[in-house]
Parts: sequence; C-alpha cells; structure tokens
Amino acid sequence: MKTFAEMNFPGRLIAVEGLDGSGKSTQIYLLKRWLEAEGIKVYFSEWNSSELVKSATSKGKKRELLTPTTFSLIHATDFADRYERHLVPLLRAGYIVLCDRYVFTAFARDVTRGCPPDWVRGNYSFACAPDLTMFFKADLEVSLNRILEGRPKLKFFEAGMDLRLSTDPYESFKIFQGRILDQYLAMSKEFNFVIMDANENVEKQQVLVRKLVSEKIDLKKFKRKSPLPLPPSLVNDRDEKDELEDKAA
Amino acid sequence: MSAKKTHKFYGHGIPRVQAEDLGGKLIVVEGADGSGRSTQIAELVNWLETSGRPTAQVGLKRSTLVSEELEKAQDGNVLSRTTLSLFYATDFADQLENIIIPALKAGFIVLADRYIYTLMARDMVRGMDDKWLKNLYGIAPVPDAVFYLSVEPEELVQRNLSKNARLDYWESGMDLGLSRDVFESFLKYQFAIQNAFKVMQKTYGFDIVDANRSANAVNKELRKKISSVLDKE
Repeated sequence: MKTFAEMNFPGRLIAVEGLDGSGKSTQIYLLKRWLEAEGIKVYFSEWNSSELVKSATSKGKKRELLTPTTFSLIHATDFADRYERHLVPLLRAGYIVLCDRYVFTAFARDVTRGCPPDWVRGNYSFACAPDLTMFFKADLEVSLNRILEGRPKLKFFEAGMDLRLSTDPYESFKIFQGRILDQYLAMSKEFNFVIMDANENVEKQQVLVRKLVSEKIDLKKFKRKSPLPLPPSLVNDRDEKDELEDKAA
Repeated sequence: MSAKKTHKFYGHGIPRVQAEDLGGKLIVVEGADGSGRSTQIAELVNWLETSGRPTAQVGLKRSTLVSEELEKAQDGNVLSRTTLSLFYATDFADQLENIIIPALKAGFIVLADRYIYTLMARDMVRGMDDKWLKNLYGIAPVPDAVFYLSVEPEELVQRNLSKNARLDYWESGMDLGLSRDVFESFLKYQFAIQNAFKVMQKTYGFDIVDANRSANAVNKELRKKISSVLDKE
C-alpha cells in the first residue's frame, strides 16, 4: 500500500483511527481549525457519510438486515464514493485531506465480524495509504466509560450485537470494542500508525498532533494562493471602501 | 463414486456459511438484454415446478438492501466506477445471503438471472483490475451450470428496438464515451462485453448457447442440459 506522496499526489492525507470514545474526532477537528486558520487548503471527511449510500446503510442497520459480508461491502461502497468523488480530486488539487477513520476501521471491524482479512484488504486495495495515520490509544475502560456514560442507548451493530457475544448490549459492546482494539494493535506496525496517548489531556494531545503534522508535512506548500472569497456582507463593505479610496486617489 | 455433491466457493466464501451445507442446484443464465434470458428462465421455472422441483430466483438489482438506492444512483449517473461496482457487489451479497444460501441449504434449485459474470464483464470493460474483481467475488458459490445466451450485437439491436423502441443507456455503455451515437455505442459496447465473456469462458467454463435461434429451440437445449445436471445427484 503506497502513500499519496509516494504516488506523487500533490495533496496529503492525514487519518485518525481509534475506538469510539478515544477522542480522535475532537483532535482532528482541532487540527482542522488550526490548518484553516493558517490559510491552508484543507478538507475534512468522515467515515460512513456518503449521501448516496447513507440511506441504504441506515435502512440495513435499522432493520438489522446486515450480515458481516454486506456490512463490509456497504461501507466499502460508501468509502469508494467519498474516495473517488471527493478525496482523489482534492488530493490532486493539492489539498490536505483529514479523515476521521480510514480503511483501517474496516480492516479492524470487518475482521472482528469474521470476514477474511485478505478479502477485506483486497476490496479496499484501490485506496492509497495515508501520509500520516495517528492512532488514538486509550485504555479500553476509558473509551468505554466515555461512550457508556454519555449515550446510554447503544445501537445494534454499534454494540456488535450481530456477533451474539452477549445478550446484554453493554457487555456485548465491551467485548466487541476489546476485539477491535486487538485488531488495531495487530496492524499498527504494518501500516505505520503513530500511536497517540489518548489518556493524556486534550490540549496536550493537540500540541503533539500539530507538532507531528508540521514535521511530517511541509505546510507552507499547501497555503491558498488567493484568499477565500469573503462572505457577501463583507464584500459590500469592501466595495464601498474601495470606492472611497478610488475617489481619494 | 462420491456420495453427495456439495458446493464450493470461488474464493474465501462468506463468514458463518459452510460450503458443505449447500445442497440443491445453482443454475445461472447469462446474456445481454434481448438475449431472451427472462423468457427462458420463466419457462424453466414453469417446467421445474410442474415436475415437482422447488425453485428460487435471483437477479441483479433485486436486493431489499440496496436495489432502490442503486436504481436512483444509476438514474443520475453520479457514481464512479469502483463505487458502482461495490454497490452491485452489495446487491449481489444481500441476495446471496438471504435467498441463494438458504435455498441451497433447503435443497432448492436456484435460477440466477445473471450472476457475478455480468458484473465482472461490465467492470472489465471499464478497466477495473482483474485481481480485485476475483477477490471481491470470492464470496460467490460456484454454480452447477452457467449458460451464456449468445446473440450477435446486430440481432440484439433489432430485438431491443422492437421491444422498447429505444436502446438503454447502460446496456449501450454510454458512460464509457465510446460514441455519442447510441446505436454505434450499443454495438461497440455489446461487442466488448461479449469479448469479456469469451475471456472469462476459459476460466469459468460457461456453456455458450446460440440464442440467435427461436425461444423454443433454445429452451429445448437448456432443458436437456439442465436435466443432465439434475440427474447427477
């Protein structure tokens, strides 16, 4: 699996991975805010968010129609749609693309559900590797508590209930997440994950994230040449000001 | 002599399903629109059921899970190749697990109105990687017989036009930009698809049936061949 840099894409892709409740989404959001403020061309993409595929996925989940195989394929379809229609063109246009979850989420989840690892990896083999993958590793208990405290009703597939690990959703969720964590850790070397200590406080983690990103990627190359167009209210202001200046001249 | 003939998968198969549990028969009929597939299958079902054999039917874009969404996406022609390919694979897998597998387990004769070969042929023509396709469709059980209804592209044009008075966008491969002229694109595309089938024939050993003939003549041949598959039990 080659990275986008190795494939000579002008853009770069940064992915975050980790269990639900590891705090990865907060970290990538703060990273995005920073890059935007620096005037860098940045785009954010989330797992399982393609408009077209979403209605099928949510129907499958609600009606509990999915098997490990169809669960895997429908997520691959979702990913392919985002990959081909958004990620690739943006990366060709020199963007920094931030992904909250990437193919590794599928590698970990689908294999935990019993899909053969080669099959899952083969299906995703059209995708290049991220230029930087940060894995947010929290103690299993910490991640579980964050999720279970705030959102008491667990969804069927989210809790891995389809695996029949336990009839209790909470118990099932714990076992399921534990197995996913094992899968993540087993592939972390192979795919060059940078392991982040997600037990650390949020600000400290973000300092580290920004440091890592600026070491790995020469950010000044990704600055916008022309500033973003201003919102209409400000545009009008500027026109008037320009007119005044013109008159003065 | 081996006692009971069981099925195999092309590749890894699917989690939680043992190939040995699959009895029944899986019969596939492949061919372009206008090759008479649906007519032939209806006749075959009629014949099998009147002779007391339980049947089940599957076909492309018929899954509960994604058929609607797939139809919508195709109407707008907004999906790119890998996405469309995976969407079709999802549609296939859903029918595989909900219809084909249970039916085979119960000893039914499953008639598939198109199977993974059409999906692979379409993708091959669109430049998708062979190895990628083989891995993806490693979930499919190997059928007991595959009949490819072969009709010359010129004859297909005539049949499609006399039925619908128009040529279908996708069956003409218009997304490929072979020609802006639908008529010419249809001929070129169907020719390319037939070539893809010829290439696959070496690997998958289809039975190529000359379907330029009358529906009756074709059905006679199919019945004869299917009878010998069923007699193998």
